[in-house]
Amino acid sequence: MREMFESTIDRLLADHVDPALISRAESGEWPAELWAAVEETGLALATAAEEHGGVGADWGDAYVLVRAAGRHAAPIPLAETLLANWLLAQAGLEPLAGAATVADGRGLNMQRGAVTGRLAGVPWGASVRHTVTVTGGQSPQVAVLIDAGASATPGLNTAREPRDDLTFTHVIPEAMAPLPAHLPPDVVMLGGAMIRAGQIAGALERLLDLSVLYANDRVQFGKPIAKFQAVQHQIAVLSEHTASAIAAADAAFSAEGEGLSAFRIAAAKVVASEAAGAGAAIAHAVHGAIGFTYEHALHYSTRRLWSWRSEFGSQAYWSERLGREACAAGSAGTWPAIVSGGFSAHVR
Amino acid sequence: MSLVSKFVHTELPPDAEALRQEVRTWLATELAGMPQVLRAQSWMGFDAEFSRRLGAKGWIGMALPRKYGGHEMGFFHRYVVVEELLAAGAPVCAHWIADRQSAQLVLRYGTEAQREKHLPPICRGESSWCIGMSEPDSGSDLASIKTQARRDGDGWVLNGRKLWTTNAHNCHYMIALVRTSDTGAERHKGMSQLIIDLSLPGIEIRPIRDLSGGEHFNEVTFDDVKLPADALIGAEGDGWEQVIAELAYERSGPERILSSVALLNTLIDAVGPSPTAAQAQAIGRLVGRISALRAMSIAVAGQLAAGESPVWEATCVKDLGVGLEQELPEIAQLVTDIEPRVGGGAAHAQVLAYITQMAPSFSLRGGTREILRGILARGLGLR
Ligand SMILES: Cc1cc2nc3c(=O)[nH]c(=O)nc-3n(C[C@H](O)[C@H](O)[C@H](O)COP(=O)(O)OP(=O)(O)OC[C@H]3O[C@@H](n4cnc5c(N)ncnc54)[C@H](O)[C@@H]3O)c2cc1C
Repeated sequence: MREMFESTIDRLLADHVDPALISRAESGEWPAELWAAVEETGLALATAAEEHGGVGADWGDAYVLVRAAGRHAAPIPLAETLLANWLLAQAGLEPLAGAATVADGRGLNMQRGAVTGRLAGVPWGASVRHTVTVTGGQSPQVAVLIDAGASATPGLNTAREPRDDLTFTHVIPEAMAPLPAHLPPDVVMLGGAMIRAGQIAGALERLLDLSVLYANDRVQFGKPIAKFQAVQHQIAVLSEHTASAIAAADAAFSAEGEGLSAFRIAAAKVVASEAAGAGAAIAHAVHGAIGFTYEHALHYSTRRLWSWRSEFGSQAYWSERLGREACAAGSAGTWPAIVSGGFSAHVR
Repeated sequence: MSLVSKFVHTELPPDAEALRQEVRTWLATELAGMPQVLRAQSWMGFDAEFSRRLGAKGWIGMALPRKYGGHEMGFFHRYVVVEELLAAGAPVCAHWIADRQSAQLVLRYGTEAQREKHLPPICRGESSWCIGMSEPDSGSDLASIKTQARRDGDGWVLNGRKLWTTNAHNCHYMIALVRTSDTGAERHKGMSQLIIDLSLPGIEIRPIRDLSGGEHFNEVTFDDVKLPADALIGAEGDGWEQVIAELAYERSGPERILSSVALLNTLIDAVGPSPTAAQAQAIGRLVGRISALRAMSIAVAGQLAAGESPVWEATCVKDLGVGLEQELPEIAQLVTDIEPRVGGGAAHAQVLAYITQMAPSFSLRGGTREILRGILARGLGLR
């Protein structure tokens, strides 16, 4: 299914996403035509259950969709929608029609079925109709919130993608079901970190392509700058970071079993976040001044990397989490965890 | 498909995984009480008896055909055994090179007689091999080697010198890259690989002390050494291509990630169960990077198992892997206040001293960082 997903999404995004479209999205316009094209392929429902009209794909297959969204700097919440619909499928709820988003709702207050509190930095929170969240303290619930029921404070990340604060006051979720036992209450953090790692891998692929092209094209001192060893080695390092992010994210998406692998996701976000910063720095160094202009397309990818690496947990957050578990397990428990992809059977 | 996207996630198959617990249990007894600082030697630790016992377990030459003493297990079975050996710090040096690449070379390019002669003792853990590539005037510029084998009747006469040959003083055989004809400007031609019996007259092996005082690598001098016809492995003049093909095996294995894992272990235990945020972040970052590298290394193993020659990918794994291995002692310095000790001291202080001293060699042996990045750049179409 990967190949089919990959060729479909790649063609679609290559056809629709260009600097003009991304720029319009940056100034606040919802790319309706692009989203409609995605919906038409059915890919927005890739992770939704088959009995609800979805494709029922697992994350191993959906990886290529998320990565392609990152590669093309697609200014739409495709990855968020895939995560939202997957979460709904896990809880036995119907998928959402249209674009949706996700938010970690552990800080929300739930009383007699109504939700109160603030969700911070929700991707496209004010642009889409629904936020899927997990909330409810001791008995966590997967809940679908209608964003129109919230008061929104708009925010933008460095790529000027909407990251809105949504405040809910006694809002009854449109749908709700208990979080299944195989998913932890921080599942949105985990899933969010996983999709960001996948998008980072894609954006780095784009940086690598652009850098190789530019280095072979730009002539200084009478030859393409690609012929300078210092430039070659910088791009080689960029390729290493790209490959690490691709592999680490793939491991996270491809983890076997139901649910998500907290260990592999943490590792992927740690590695991808580091690769994001290092890779963006190299791509800019190679591109010189032209890459620092708004005119050149490089920044559509680098500005995404600079935010994606911090979203759903920065490198500091995930490395500390992983490190605390390693220290608790001691050296005797750490190698087995690396091999099995988890510090203990139930954490996975 | 672009080169970076060839790192496709590969799970070790269940039948290979099934071996892991057996290996761990066996190693727990074999290595009981072994100090951390000896474990830290990793694939530099030499113990001929250990290799024999490992061979008797059937864990050397695992992927080789049964008729040559192998076990016809998959590539991944070998991967599981090898990574468990390294993670535990087992002294694997005596069979390491033979198991990793010499046996592969003999199987792939050797004659039937060469296979029958060399492979069974390798599988028994009785035959130690080394790699003779570098020379006094030929390091990174390997194609400039001068050691020369002249035809002499059926056989060869060998003259010249190899340098930095790891473990030559403990080995039975060397696979050497030598010049077998003068091809002038076309210097990549005219080289061949020879299997050299190191007990022959005219060979002098002189160990060279490294900066830590250890003796692991050697200078090997050949003075009119008479070699039989079957010393040639593969085709005459194909030495360069054969060496390049070997590199994928040499550069992508778990040893490119795990050479300093002993230091990660002592660091974790020195920090203890209640790390500061900075300590937890440093350790978590290492654990994350090791698991990502392991995923990459297994993806390359998958390509090798499928008969591909993932030289670019293996080079990528090696450069990233040694970067991590070299950073480990720096990170240990950053998050703990423990002095390194080569005499006295607790486990972490000893391992820190050892790895700190070994670390510079990680990005030299097996090709320097600059050479590896050059290979990556070429693959990317930059040169
Ligand atoms: C512990 C250890 C074990 C070893 N074991 C073996 C062994 O078993 N068998 C064996 O054959 N060899 C072995 N070697 C040798 C190893 O392969 C060489 O050290 C390596 O190939 C580099 O050669 P060199 O040391 O002569 O350095 P040089 O090639 O002289 O390089 C010195 C510096 O110059 C740089 N440099 C050279 N050429 C270029 C270039 N074109 N562009 C940019 N920079 C360049 C290098 O990257 C390096 O930084 C071992 C080395 C060590 C340290």
